[in-house]
Amino acid sequence: MTMNVPVMPAATPDTASPGYWLTVWRRLKKDRVAMGACGVILLLLAMALLGSGLAPQDPYASSMMTRLKPIGHPGHLLGTDELGRDMLSRLMVGARLSLFMGITPVVCAFVIGALIGITAGYAGGALNTAIMRVIDVFYAFPSVLLAIALSGALGAGITNSLISLTVVFIPPIARVAESVTTQIRGRDFVEAARASGANAFTIVRVHVLGNVLGPVFVYATSLIAVSMILASGLSFLGLGVKPPEPEWGLMLNTLRTAIYTQPWIAALPGVMIFCTSIAFNLLSDGLRSAMEVKQ
Amino acid sequence: MLAYLLRRVLYALPIMLGVALVCFALVHLAPGDPLVSILPPDASTQLQEQLRALYGFDRSYPEQFAGWVWRALQGDLGTSIATNRPVSAEVFKAVGNTLRLAALATLIGFVLGGLFGFVAGYFQNSWLDKLASFTSVLGVSVPHYWLGMVLVIIFSSQLMWLPASGAGPGGSDGWRWDLEHLKHMLLPALTMSVIPMGIIARTVRALVADILAQEFVVGLKAKGLTDLGILKHVVKNAAPTALAVMGLQLGYLLGGSILIETVFAWPGTGFLLNSAIFQRDLPLLQGTILVLAMFFVVLNLLVDVIQTVLDPRIARS
Repeated sequence: MTMNVPVMPAATPDTASPGYWLTVWRRLKKDRVAMGACGVILLLLAMALLGSGLAPQDPYASSMMTRLKPIGHPGHLLGTDELGRDMLSRLMVGARLSLFMGITPVVCAFVIGALIGITAGYAGGALNTAIMRVIDVFYAFPSVLLAIALSGALGAGITNSLISLTVVFIPPIARVAESVTTQIRGRDFVEAARASGANAFTIVRVHVLGNVLGPVFVYATSLIAVSMILASGLSFLGLGVKPPEPEWGLMLNTLRTAIYTQPWIAALPGVMIFCTSIAFNLLSDGLRSAMEVKQ
Repeated sequence: MLAYLLRRVLYALPIMLGVALVCFALVHLAPGDPLVSILPPDASTQLQEQLRALYGFDRSYPEQFAGWVWRALQGDLGTSIATNRPVSAEVFKAVGNTLRLAALATLIGFVLGGLFGFVAGYFQNSWLDKLASFTSVLGVSVPHYWLGMVLVIIFSSQLMWLPASGAGPGGSDGWRWDLEHLKHMLLPALTMSVIPMGIIARTVRALVADILAQEFVVGLKAKGLTDLGILKHVVKNAAPTALAVMGLQLGYLLGGSILIETVFAWPGTGFLLNSAIFQRDLPLLQGTILVLAMFFVVLNLLVDVIQTVLDPRIARS
């Protein structure tokens, strides 16, 4: 559960005709592992969007008569949970909240962290030092500890979990953005733009953003897997989503009492978290190698 | 080098102060009265004021912070609201339990991860490399609290080989290095070791591949050095970074053990943190987070210092 900030060279835009992003896409298309991961993610997203329509049964309907039925029980393909609710339906509908809780903090942290990092990197000097020292303080906490401490202090709930995870992911993203911006700032084309009279805003918009956002984006995608595990972990501890909402981490928590009676049912929600996290990690690895290749 | 080390130590001091400030602010972020968990709902205003003064909540924030830091420096982290015992005693007992677990997990992770990473980097792009790389992706992707549950299902509930929870027959006290206690430690330590294993494997693979591509290795090969001789050079060059990553992983595990400790009811800092959160025991929460975060800062510092001593090139850059 660590976030080692990798040293990433600034992406060098391909000047040869097809355009940078198209080249990246062509490279990515050839990477079978990354495309497989992409397929899994699209499937999960489809489940998140359409899950409540596709689910065979009502994920909230409990029944005392059919509690903890095994996998393959008639009418319940994946069995039932401790309140007799259909597991398959809950796992499908659970995709929505689980993915939302995992992806949102990274998106928010990407926007805020990139903003902070680019500001610090472009401004340089005392402002850079001041900003980066504050970032260093938050970076001095192990990520799991900071996430749990923050949501523990703020109290359980969806919003508070999202806030604490966002705070956890801002420092590493800001660090990557700052180091790439500092690199770009020293390049000749920035110097040339400044000499020809472009103001700071134009330089950042035209020259810096285009070169910085790529590497920062790749780094942010690698955090989604971490975020999925942490967000479900918060719910698993009882600090995130509250019952009876279907969410994989929370389901894992409430099913813990069943590990002696229906162990494989109890393990099911974790399989979903695991698969999601593997898919995001593999896609992020593929993106990294597709974007870092230099001419 | 001495100047570099001194600068590094001086640099850690403001970070420590910042960390303390965050820990302090965290508790005051919490909505509601910090004394709500012990005050009876019908407490008189006088009693409320008395308790407030007793715990120091009646003074201004800067005063409270300065006092807290000053007492913390002397080893006094206040009194737990829930148990009425000194926080420092509770935390240090728990730190011992967690440290033991995290150290074993880091060791397992380092040995396995180092091996996988080395094989993967040495035989790049072979099937061995692909297998080792895939294993390390699994290691960093697995929700470890779920892995803990699965191990309990397999080894405790199905095979009944190992105990499912707790630190041993004596509970949280009376740890001894005997078979019974080690049996209790095995599952949580294995679960915990998966994360550093994946990360160390990735790091070592990249390091080995990097070193093998360097000119001096090609030179040594050209001069006719045996494979074993080259291996020695690779290990020597990769070791400082690999050890540094291992040190940091120990710090992450110390702070990140809460989920695993909850699964296995292991009486460590994670378990303490969990009860502090749910009983809204703010002094305990504050103290535990402070100790864990400081541990991490000091560990970072130590890793830097040891790395500089092992590899003097770092101080020069």
